[in-house]
Amino acid sequence: MTSPSLMAHKTGPTVQRRDVLRRAWYNFSRNRLSVVGLVIVLLVVLLAVIGPYIAPYPGHAKAFVDFRNSNQRPSVRHWFGTDYIGRDILSRILFALRSALLMGVLVLAIAVPVGVVSGVVAGYLRGSLAEMVIMRVTDIFLAIPAMVLALAIASVLAPNLRNAMLAVTVMWWPWYTRLVYGLASSLRNEYFVRAAELTGASAGHIMFREILPNCLAPIMTKITLDMAWVIMIGASLSFVGLGEQPPIPSLGNMVSDGAKYMPDQWWMTVFPAIAIMLIVLPFNLLGDGIRDLFAMGEER
Amino acid sequence: MLSYLGKRLVGAVFVLAGLSVVIFLIARVVPGDPVRMALGPQAPQAVVEDLRKQLHLDKPLHVQYYYWVSGAVRGDFGISLMTNRPVTADLKEYLPATLELVLFASILHGLFGLILGIVAAAYSDSWLDNFVRVFAYIGVTTPGFVFAVLFMLIFGYWWHLLPVIGRIGYGVTVPPTITGMMTVDSLLTGNLPAFADALKHLILPSVALSMGAMSQEARITRSSMVENLNKDYIYMSVAQGIPRRIIMRKYLLKPSLIPTVTVFGLGCASTMAGAFLVELIFNWPGFARYGITGMLMKDLNVISATVLVVALCFVVVNIIVDLVVAYLDPRIRLQ
Repeated sequence: MTSPSLMAHKTGPTVQRRDVLRRAWYNFSRNRLSVVGLVIVLLVVLLAVIGPYIAPYPGHAKAFVDFRNSNQRPSVRHWFGTDYIGRDILSRILFALRSALLMGVLVLAIAVPVGVVSGVVAGYLRGSLAEMVIMRVTDIFLAIPAMVLALAIASVLAPNLRNAMLAVTVMWWPWYTRLVYGLASSLRNEYFVRAAELTGASAGHIMFREILPNCLAPIMTKITLDMAWVIMIGASLSFVGLGEQPPIPSLGNMVSDGAKYMPDQWWMTVFPAIAIMLIVLPFNLLGDGIRDLFAMGEER
Repeated sequence: MLSYLGKRLVGAVFVLAGLSVVIFLIARVVPGDPVRMALGPQAPQAVVEDLRKQLHLDKPLHVQYYYWVSGAVRGDFGISLMTNRPVTADLKEYLPATLELVLFASILHGLFGLILGIVAAAYSDSWLDNFVRVFAYIGVTTPGFVFAVLFMLIFGYWWHLLPVIGRIGYGVTVPPTITGMMTVDSLLTGNLPAFADALKHLILPSVALSMGAMSQEARITRSSMVENLNKDYIYMSVAQGIPRRIIMRKYLLKPSLIPTVTVFGLGCASTMAGAFLVELIFNWPGFARYGITGMLMKDLNVISATVLVVALCFVVVNIIVDLVVAYLDPRIRLQ
């Protein structure tokens, strides 16, 4: 099986792929907003990774009390001020970035595969019992605002970051099921799927090697946009105390703690609030950029 | 249209039944003993056993589910361990305040989302369009509770423009309860000062709640109008010399509204979900604050009733949205 034509075929795609990537980057970089989004996302990730090393007062992310320095306004020593027991707000935000991003990554790392696999199965095996069960269960979960049920689930479990992630994950996979279900059930009538069926390919091969690769563009777009959503819901859970527990800092918890000291010590709540906006925004910009990119690809 | 409605209703009943199982399971997988938690570690064992029997917690799961569902269907959700009253009585008292808030917020996001979207599309690529775009990005990327806290600080504490706590100020005659919505009740009784005061209290929480949905609706309206603007039938109307104003209003708006209506439904959902935090912040004595307090105190009857009521609201909103979409898009209802 080493005929010259096959060899040539082997080198073909790699060259083409590089070409495609370069063109994709060109199209992507033409949208200034999404480039800004990408840069901020990278910056936020970098800050989350090196945060504990560059934080001016790394000890303040733990149980730490220094009443002499409590309620300090923003200054050169404490850029974002200190909280009611003297902890440096900036240091705590830097630490809190980690759990916020971790929440997004872990929730999607579990919810996306579950949703995608169930969606492909239900979409390809239309009319089967599997489709009926999967889609009816999906309907049930989509019938209620994700945050309300996530709040309910998190509230009956012990309050901690792991259970908050669990609660959001339980609510998140159905969105992917529905997205991929729609795509797969239209793709199953395409000629390349019919051709694979005629050559005797197994259902597994068709679902995961033929259909799934063609669903990746919308899935990627949704993952990027959902990073923003999951981080927002995570912040909402920790705002009511159903996330990372004190003294470990979390952005939502810092906002709600600081709100008790408004309006005089406004910095305790304003800076964590801005931090939430700043990590959610770039994922939205980036997601929109990726969506436009794939839309452009379809038009060509 | 009727058969379409029938189909949606059957689907809705199925979804609610499924949700009741999910809710029941959530309320029963609590690690630890809910009765012990409610009574505290000091309570004698006999009292704990009594309450357990009273709540049917000593029976097998499917029997418990039967008790719970048959109660829920009759509107009986049991006693709240938090308030020591029937949950249904609590719901009756607190639900109108949340409905008032969420309805007002939904009017705001529906109306202004639409206006912003249409303006952005009509003047696309102008400074107005860019302004709407930036505004919408901020709205989409900021959780409702962050808006709530920031609005409270800026408009309430710094500028003293609007009140930040509760539904009505001290010293204002509280209107008698008719619908339970302060603004409506005060209008019905012709109590204008109370109406003005209640409205003032309503503004900050409802604007904070509506920002996210408003932004989503503005974005989707703009993009769907701009997309349809490039379609052949619009070119043809332009070629026929139909004035731009009429094209926009008569030929472009209606088909472009379909995605907006769908997003409006999702927006109502996010508004309701956001109320769980925003009511807590503004100390708004509503159902969402009641629900979240119940959740934080692990009051299982309150939790299951809350989730079921929210689900019921959503099933209704979704059916309305589907009907409006079917009205706007004949292809759907004729399928």
